[in-house]
Amino acid sequence: MPYVSHADIGGRSGFGPVVPEPEGAMFHATWEPRVHALTIALGATGSWNLDMTRSARETLPDYPNLTYYEVWLGGLEKLLIEKNLVTPDELTAGRARHTPAPIGRVLEADQVAAVLAKGAPTERAPAGPARFRLGQRVRTLATPADHHTRLPGYVRGKTGVIERVLGVHVFADVHAQGLGEDPQWLYTVVFEAAELWGSEAKPGHSVSVDAWQPYLEAA
Amino acid sequence: MAEDHSELSDVERRVRALETVLTQKGYIDPAALDVLIDTYQTKVGPRNGARVVARAWVDPLFRERLMRDATAAIAELGYSGRQGEHMIAVANAPGRHNIVVCTLCSCYPWPVLGLPPVWYKSAPYRSRVARDPRSVLAEFGVTLPASTEIRVWDSTAEVRYLVIPERPAGTERLSEEALAALVTRDSMIGTGLARAVGKT
Repeated sequence: MPYVSHADIGGRSGFGPVVPEPEGAMFHATWEPRVHALTIALGATGSWNLDMTRSARETLPDYPNLTYYEVWLGGLEKLLIEKNLVTPDELTAGRARHTPAPIGRVLEADQVAAVLAKGAPTERAPAGPARFRLGQRVRTLATPADHHTRLPGYVRGKTGVIERVLGVHVFADVHAQGLGEDPQWLYTVVFEAAELWGSEAKPGHSVSVDAWQPYLEAA
Repeated sequence: MAEDHSELSDVERRVRALETVLTQKGYIDPAALDVLIDTYQTKVGPRNGARVVARAWVDPLFRERLMRDATAAIAELGYSGRQGEHMIAVANAPGRHNIVVCTLCSCYPWPVLGLPPVWYKSAPYRSRVARDPRSVLAEFGVTLPASTEIRVWDSTAEVRYLVIPERPAGTERLSEEALAALVTRDSMIGTGLARAVGKT
């Protein structure tokens, strides 16, 4: 079955106006912060990584119809089932029915502050020099990926300029598939609006993405 | 749990069921959930970022460090960690405006801005801001001169962007704390400007 991400919506139209909201509004129902906290707590068990989480969410079949934290909830349930930590019948019943699977660790209350403060940096030591230099023109891959990727559709097959070299980072495409970190050079690549949107481009803006080296070739 | 949950919505029931299963299987410490919820509701939020911006406005050396290595400079003020591991500050200037999005999901610098607002995570903003940033800004009541170049930063990797808005005119005498009060969340995403003096 081909990989379909429902999250890659940059440049599409028909979603209506943006609805601003005041600064204090974060959650809109009491279950939302619980889903957020559950996601962090389960992530800390080491049963999957952040890129797998994004992949699980963006491939939910009903993604376009879900609210944000419904997407998080669906992604979390999906990962828990995929990794055999829970079974669908347990979620239906609302009680444990099977022996717990082994997990890396349980996040305890007194560890939370330290775990959040540490985060999960993705920069790694370079194994070799960067292929591209500042100011160099590069072209992005044109073909869609058949797995989780962080090269948005609207920027595929486009020519831009390397604006920053961001170091070597865990490569999301490989990491999401459970195939290790495969660290790669990461660059900020800037594109003129006309390159991305052609004759429909609005004047006076440019767009940048952060792109791993395997997404790019010299232009 | 034996209570009557008939008043709960389907999604509330689903979350309760999930939490119960996870607790019974020993995968989560319920007290850790309480700490996580409290952290993101009361400790982490855009006032953190506002302090970073105000410091950058009053302290040229801090601003220099911030523009060179934002992760380290922001950590000087005590903000670091999850979803802010690799920070870059991008400064607005006359003729130059920056605006941040994550078209693929909802990447956002948690340690300085807290959790993102709904619109940041929603399809209208994510789909349109890279193609037509001025029409999005108009929906936030912001109109920039036609000569201003806009840069849209799509957060596609683990780098997180903080916009440093321009310091409003007439604020030379304000304290750092008073300046921070002028720095809105939206001005640090790029969908707003810092408040003018005397406006709320």
